[in-house]
Amino acid sequence: MASLLSVKNLKIEATSYPPGEPPRTVTLVEGVSFDVEKGKVLGLIGESGAGKSTIGLTSLAYGRGGVRITGGEVLLDGEDILKLSPAGIRKVRGCKVCYVAQSAAAAFNPAHRLGEQVIEASLKHGIMSRAEAEKRAVHLFGVLGLPNPETFGQRYPHQVSGGQLQRAMTAMALCPNPELIVFDEPTTALDVTTQIDVLAAIKHAIEETHTAALYITHDLAVVAQITDDILVLRHGKMVEYGPVKQIIEAPREDYTRALVNVRGTKREEAADQSGALLRVENVTAGYGMLRVLQDVSLHLPKGQTLAVVGESGSGKSTLARVITGLLPPQEGRITFDGKPLPKALKGRSNDELRRIQMIYQMADTAMNPRQTVRDIIGRPLTFYYGLRGEKKTARVKELLEQIEMGGRFADRYPAELSGGQKQRVAIARALAASPELILCDEPTSALDPLVAEGILNLLHKLQEETQVSYVFITHDIAIVRAIADSVAVMHRGRLVRFGPKSKVLSPPFDDYTDLLLKSVPEMEIGWLERVLETRRMESAGN
Amino acid sequence: MRLSTIPISAWIGMAGIALSVICALFAPLLAPYGESQIVGAIWQPMGGEHLLGTDNLGRDLFSRLIFGARTTIFVALAATILSFSLGMLLSFTAAVTGGFVDQVFSRFNDLMMAIPTLIFALVVLAVLPQQLWILILVMAVLDSTRVYRIGRAVALDVAVMEFVEAARLRGEGTGWIIFREILPNTLSPLLAEFGLRFAFSILFLSTLSFLGLGIQPPAADWGGMVKDNKDGIIFGISAALIPGGAIAGLAICVNLVVDWLMKRTSSLKGGRGDG
Repeated sequence: MASLLSVKNLKIEATSYPPGEPPRTVTLVEGVSFDVEKGKVLGLIGESGAGKSTIGLTSLAYGRGGVRITGGEVLLDGEDILKLSPAGIRKVRGCKVCYVAQSAAAAFNPAHRLGEQVIEASLKHGIMSRAEAEKRAVHLFGVLGLPNPETFGQRYPHQVSGGQLQRAMTAMALCPNPELIVFDEPTTALDVTTQIDVLAAIKHAIEETHTAALYITHDLAVVAQITDDILVLRHGKMVEYGPVKQIIEAPREDYTRALVNVRGTKREEAADQSGALLRVENVTAGYGMLRVLQDVSLHLPKGQTLAVVGESGSGKSTLARVITGLLPPQEGRITFDGKPLPKALKGRSNDELRRIQMIYQMADTAMNPRQTVRDIIGRPLTFYYGLRGEKKTARVKELLEQIEMGGRFADRYPAELSGGQKQRVAIARALAASPELILCDEPTSALDPLVAEGILNLLHKLQEETQVSYVFITHDIAIVRAIADSVAVMHRGRLVRFGPKSKVLSPPFDDYTDLLLKSVPEMEIGWLERVLETRRMESAGN
Repeated sequence: MRLSTIPISAWIGMAGIALSVICALFAPLLAPYGESQIVGAIWQPMGGEHLLGTDNLGRDLFSRLIFGARTTIFVALAATILSFSLGMLLSFTAAVTGGFVDQVFSRFNDLMMAIPTLIFALVVLAVLPQQLWILILVMAVLDSTRVYRIGRAVALDVAVMEFVEAARLRGEGTGWIIFREILPNTLSPLLAEFGLRFAFSILFLSTLSFLGLGIQPPAADWGGMVKDNKDGIIFGISAALIPGGAIAGLAICVNLVVDWLMKRTSSLKGGRGDG
């Protein structure tokens, strides 16, 4: 069959303006070629900065601010769309090729109803009449499994959930009956339990409409469920290109192999889980009348890791805020090393503060952009231990060695570090206080899988060296498997399940843990169908 | 920082400010005549013995311009620095503490802002004795309400960042949080505001002097000089335009320097970036 989209030897450049130096041209993408046949799905995969989105957008002949397509051809139905006039390109965009962005919440106009926005492109291009378009929109809402398809379009973007919004955006892309859809990380911002619904809806809709698609993601397990071929990218170059089966089961390149095996790490839990460094007893907390946490009790032995899992809004981060004292609990108490902790931050002594440190999800905002690495790591040393001058410099260097970065980073500013390096510096800052407990609030969820794995290994190494305990907040079961000794599953502010990892992660499950565990994509072809099949059987059985 | 990275506009600004400051510092040495010395006929044209001509009383305009730089810059600078110290201290405290303190400060600020500045100043200055420090204080307090507004807005943005939370968790005091965590991250908008406020201060002082409540004669200040010579404009005498031009020139120079400082501080690499 002839290819619908054929990209040949694509080269994309941009001009960067480094401060104090003359502008220079940077090559973002080079020598990328691929084909998408009608009705097939190609997955573009790679870490951030690999050029996935940039390549995806070239199939709409579009370059984001300052990006220039300088070489190669993009043939759509045999026609090079890069050579089209602006008017010609307008006929392609939103008509033959549609785009689904990562953040649906940011991509919809909050001032207009969803239905209007979904049919807008079809009307603009004169593909169908208003009545036809509305009928098609309702049909698509149904196909995508949205509630009340007839009236769904009358809602405003803020009136529906994130997962529904993402599906509405898919409906918007499908509405003009395009030949190709570009999905740019459509499920990355969603919870795992929501992600599976959206994935299933997208897959169903693609099969139903026989549309070809480019599916961009950094999650190989997700892409394995939905695509026919996979193109692995790194630093703007092709690493490996082949059918999904071959990539997952017999990857040829080292990089692909690393991506496939990234979730492979598993760690045995500690045998003895008695004793408690931290004990949370019957804690209820919230903001005013709103109860975010209800009657939560858990404990963590010294030198071990407690993973707290749950979807967004389940109260995971609130639990961390209660332990740190930022949000005093309304009921219940927290004991640390046998002594009760004062509820509020103000009541705690500096030594009590020193013993509990925190690592945040976004290292960018967790560090003062106007302080050097030396200042960031050095401040806890001065503050808690009164270290100054040479002693401080030596300790900062030692800490930088410990996080595998080295003293030469001491004079850099956070803006001069990569995402993984920033998170390492944040870890060093926590470590500088020589704490007994570190609260980790999703420290790896903003990082690429390979970088995240590096951080997890580092945390594990530090635990062995210093016997520090972790409360590790995450929504990713794979991470739980990799690092936890005990697990707490949270749902809507309540503790659903708590105990040693082996016990929590093995049946019999309660409903929520079951759903959570089954929603985590596995690096296996056909996983999605299998899960959906079991679900269908269960609901039929009920 | 290398000198070559400073853009030409900043050099022009700095030169202008330096010239004004030198005039202010060494006025008695530089000025050819005394501040209130009558040296000739009124409104003599430029050139000849008197470089810029004479004013409405026959005093040397050039000398008065130099002496005027002294009072104008001193009063405007003192008032601006004072208003910034006051406004920023209160606004940052409000933003960091929040709650009741924030409400009290902010509502009182609203109250102050509800009264038109000029009328407020006129009433207060008419009642209080006419002394220089009172003039400076009144200007500073009135201006600090504006500084408070912008200070609180930018500080609130920074105060909710996680690195501030991290500092709180470390047990840092309010002083550290304000001066080490928040202040460096709010410097760019505040510097821009400083340049603007300084220029406004000069204008405000000139307005007050023009209305007779600012610097009292015979002491020279640029605004007062415009007032003294305004009648000359009707007769086509440009004496009033010269101090006016000086005010405009200084305001522009200050802003040229501030623009450059703002660029420097807004670079995320700790202000080491482009010029």
